[in-house]
Amino acid sequence: MHRLLRFLLVLALLTPGAVMAEDHQGGHEEEHGAHGHGHEAGKELTPEEQRAVNKEFVIHHTKDSYDFGIFSDESTGAHYGFPLPVILWDDGLHVFLSSAFHHGEEVVESNGNHYMLNYHGDGKIYKCDAEGHILEETTVDEETGEVSVAQLAPLDFSITKNVFVSILMCVLLFFVFRGVAKSYKSGLAPSGSAKFFEPIIVFVRDEIARPNIGEKHYKKYMPYLLTVFFFIWFLNLAGMTPLGINVTGNIAFTAALAILTYLITTFTAKKDYWMHIVWMPGVPVPMKIILFPIELLGTIIKPFALMIRLYANMLAGHIVLGMLLVTVFYFGAVAAKGAFIGLTFFLNIIELLVALLQAYIFTMLSALYFGSASEEHDHDHAHAH
Amino acid sequence: MEAVEFIPKLVGAGLVVIGAGIGIGRIGGSAMEAIARQPEATNKIQTAMLIAAALIEGIGFAALFAV
Repeated sequence: MHRLLRFLLVLALLTPGAVMAEDHQGGHEEEHGAHGHGHEAGKELTPEEQRAVNKEFVIHHTKDSYDFGIFSDESTGAHYGFPLPVILWDDGLHVFLSSAFHHGEEVVESNGNHYMLNYHGDGKIYKCDAEGHILEETTVDEETGEVSVAQLAPLDFSITKNVFVSILMCVLLFFVFRGVAKSYKSGLAPSGSAKFFEPIIVFVRDEIARPNIGEKHYKKYMPYLLTVFFFIWFLNLAGMTPLGINVTGNIAFTAALAILTYLITTFTAKKDYWMHIVWMPGVPVPMKIILFPIELLGTIIKPFALMIRLYANMLAGHIVLGMLLVTVFYFGAVAAKGAFIGLTFFLNIIELLVALLQAYIFTMLSALYFGSASEEHDHDHAHAH
Repeated sequence: MEAVEFIPKLVGAGLVVIGAGIGIGRIGGSAMEAIARQPEATNKIQTAMLIAAALIEGIGFAALFAV
């Protein structure tokens, strides 16, 4: 009990304003939607304009941002949340808080350079002059004479919302699993949070790692499999909170995880794995030659599919939920509104399942690839199939 | 984008998604039958089903992102 309290305390300290956001989120969505329809503001939008406003609202919430917005009041234009540091490299380091942008309304001056946030465009930071015009670089292709205009952007190493949440989740995972590990020092029976996590850890070991990698090598891969499973699962669950977190629905994040799986597969691969790629045993020679490029391409397609699968599933889930929630404001009748809120709730429950399922599938397929990399055939067997 | 360029892409993506749907449907149906025949092998069948479904799903998403 004591440990649980400490865990909750850490959680509460790490997510300032989270509780507040829970209270206000409903109102926040409603105000956005109502504003989109212009009932309160008194200006009627055409259905096309309403759709555009609603679409921008949903898509904006699936994107990364430079501040941690908790909720905003459209009628007064006030935003609640906390800013995150912006770190730019542009012939020298520029560090300032994202609050200096005032949500894209102001130009920031840092060490003689001016930067602006393209808030209603792609949401990225561009180099600009003091009046807020984005600086452009014109290059002429010498051969074809084509003129191309590129907008100047600094190298961006900012701690954005996604980076912030990822770091937060790393810290949370560290404390939770240190607690789990420590509880085994006092005896073999699990206590505290270990009671909850032990069956899941055993599941990853006995249902994912052992059957797919094999009894001989699975221990080597367990740390990565467990980490990736809980990291993805926790981040998916964080995406289910009304804080608008969408880390696993970000292709850069899933690409990083897929690259890790690819590197581990490649660098722990045994001789047999390479043999099956370069010179597939048990097939005629012309087939071996055809199979080599296909198999080589396959090693890259596998992590690529891993990346797309997680990204597309989570992004699609967020967009569908957001769109359904926005649909509520198209109807006047209370029954229709209620029906759509019910549907959204039902889909939320399904998304909870998807959050676990996607973590499971990512881990499972990673284990499958590791298994194929570390598999060793007897020589008699290898030529039999 | 020009409609002439866009329509074939959409039709192609639609065809791939139909194919993926049929594939996942068949996997699910076969898994149901297999579980009905051998309820004691449920865990193994489910695992194999999920892997196959996930692989096909990847193809479907790839088609959607190519549009």
